[in-house]
Amino acid sequence: MILKKNELSRELKNFTINFGPQHPAAHGVLRLILELDGEVVERADPHIGLLHRGTEKLIEHKTYIQALPYFDRLDYVSMMAQEHTYSLAVEKILNIKIPRRAQIIRVLFAEITRILNHLLAVGCHAMDVGAMTPFLWAFEEREKLMEFYERVSGARMHAAYIRPGGVSLDLPLGFLDDLFLFCNQFNVRLDEIEEMLTGNRIWKERLVDIGIVTSKEAIDWGFSGVMLRGSGLPWDLRKTQPYETYSELDFLVPVGNSGDCYDRYLIRIEEMRQSLNILNQAIKLIDNGPIKTTNYKLNPPLRSEMKVSMEAVIHHFKLYTEGIILPFGETYTATEAPKGEFGIYLISNNTERPYRCKIKAPGFGHLQALNKMSKKHMIADVVTIIGTQDIVFGEVDR
Amino acid sequence: MDIKIKKFQDLNKIIPILTYQRINDEKSIVVSHKKLLFTLNCLKLHFGYQYSLLSSISGVDFLGKNYRFSVVYDLLSLTFNSRLRLKVFVNEITSIPSIVNIFINANWWEREVWDMYGIYFDNHPDLRRILTDYGFESYPMRKDFPLSGYVEFRYDEKKKRVIGEPIELTQEFRSFNFEMPW
Repeated sequence: MILKKNELSRELKNFTINFGPQHPAAHGVLRLILELDGEVVERADPHIGLLHRGTEKLIEHKTYIQALPYFDRLDYVSMMAQEHTYSLAVEKILNIKIPRRAQIIRVLFAEITRILNHLLAVGCHAMDVGAMTPFLWAFEEREKLMEFYERVSGARMHAAYIRPGGVSLDLPLGFLDDLFLFCNQFNVRLDEIEEMLTGNRIWKERLVDIGIVTSKEAIDWGFSGVMLRGSGLPWDLRKTQPYETYSELDFLVPVGNSGDCYDRYLIRIEEMRQSLNILNQAIKLIDNGPIKTTNYKLNPPLRSEMKVSMEAVIHHFKLYTEGIILPFGETYTATEAPKGEFGIYLISNNTERPYRCKIKAPGFGHLQALNKMSKKHMIADVVTIIGTQDIVFGEVDR
Repeated sequence: MDIKIKKFQDLNKIIPILTYQRINDEKSIVVSHKKLLFTLNCLKLHFGYQYSLLSSISGVDFLGKNYRFSVVYDLLSLTFNSRLRLKVFVNEITSIPSIVNIFINANWWEREVWDMYGIYFDNHPDLRRILTDYGFESYPMRKDFPLSGYVEFRYDEKKKRVIGEPIELTQEFRSFNFEMPW
């Protein structure tokens, strides 16, 4: 067949597609406008805000206690990590210390939450890339972890368990035994997931050298958490700015060296193992004691005390009608949430409501680098990059 | 939190700081919006500070004050393990220079502040609304914006599409603002 010259040199225009708000690989409601040159991504423009619920505005109209459950609903796969940050922020303004048992319970649940989150991150990432099985295994384990949530708070996900001044209830009987049993078997589950993925040729072809971020770029883009460590920066707030009892615990911070998606996957797996390690240590550290401060301006008095003491009844009534009053102050408190640095910028003005509660969500910062990370990659790699960033829209859109 | 207070007194020699605050071990400085770019450049590039990571930018509305808005930059120095908060106060008509050229990731954070508070950023490459709906009007995080908003949406059977109408509440939104009786 003879082609005419002008047909050959016909100009090809880039075309633009909507990676729509309802795409299963978009991890929620992400509208991505992709400018493609053939199958190569030239520009990715994420449109977010489809899950915007005005959390920050709502919090300004609630008392400090009422605002707490909103934090469960931000990043709905790492619930307690955010309650934890909020509680720490409130405690920082009030300048109080919480009992040691409460601190260790918080560490336990922060790490359970980390495993919970990374299981979903790795599982869903694997499913986006095409591996179905690890996803199913991960969700089976998640179910067990959410049972622990349920046993302490009554809710599988939105626990509202970690509260300013401690935790809401003590651990039920036999909880730590079961957690210990879980820790023993979970390592094997992780091995199984790794067996499916780590050495898998298809998995490596899809992840190695995709979405490379150098350490300088990671800092420039304000990354945190796994995204920062994947690029070789040993920065973990649990180590560098320790809170609760993390300074007593012995754990390692895994760091990547090439900054690609595969490194970040390996880090997530290793972090789960380190979390198990922390859980095992924390189970040994925990001993009896109070689980919240005995400051009645902050926590309700015991039910038994309320039967005999008028003072206690008044405190209880005041606490649940008016709420906690925070003095003038402001704080930026950040913790190492599973997705990265989750920060709360809280301004209090001597009333029972926060004046301003800015939520610094790690996913928001990561998602804006999507354009940079996916440039000149194939369209299928965009899915890998969204997966590796571990985006959850509850926190990005707030 | 390694940087000593001494070092911040030195900082006053290079940067025109208006106020220096220290609350619960957290340092914050207030600068004029005219000196913002210079200050951030100094803090980022100065060997003794190296605040190279921008954690977040938040807006705050102090309704009724002379300078109504405050824009807060949370900086993090990985080298010295130190956080610093930088505040800029502006009124409703002043704009703030965009810092996208210094911190790339300021892009979305500034868009968010613009979207929520209507503070304009000069020389921002792409100042669109980010979290609110396409075609949304007014700035929802301002203190004079009601919690219920102004518009409600429903599906119109005749027009076969979702339409927005002015909000109608059967009962006014009640804010139980308790005065301290004792």
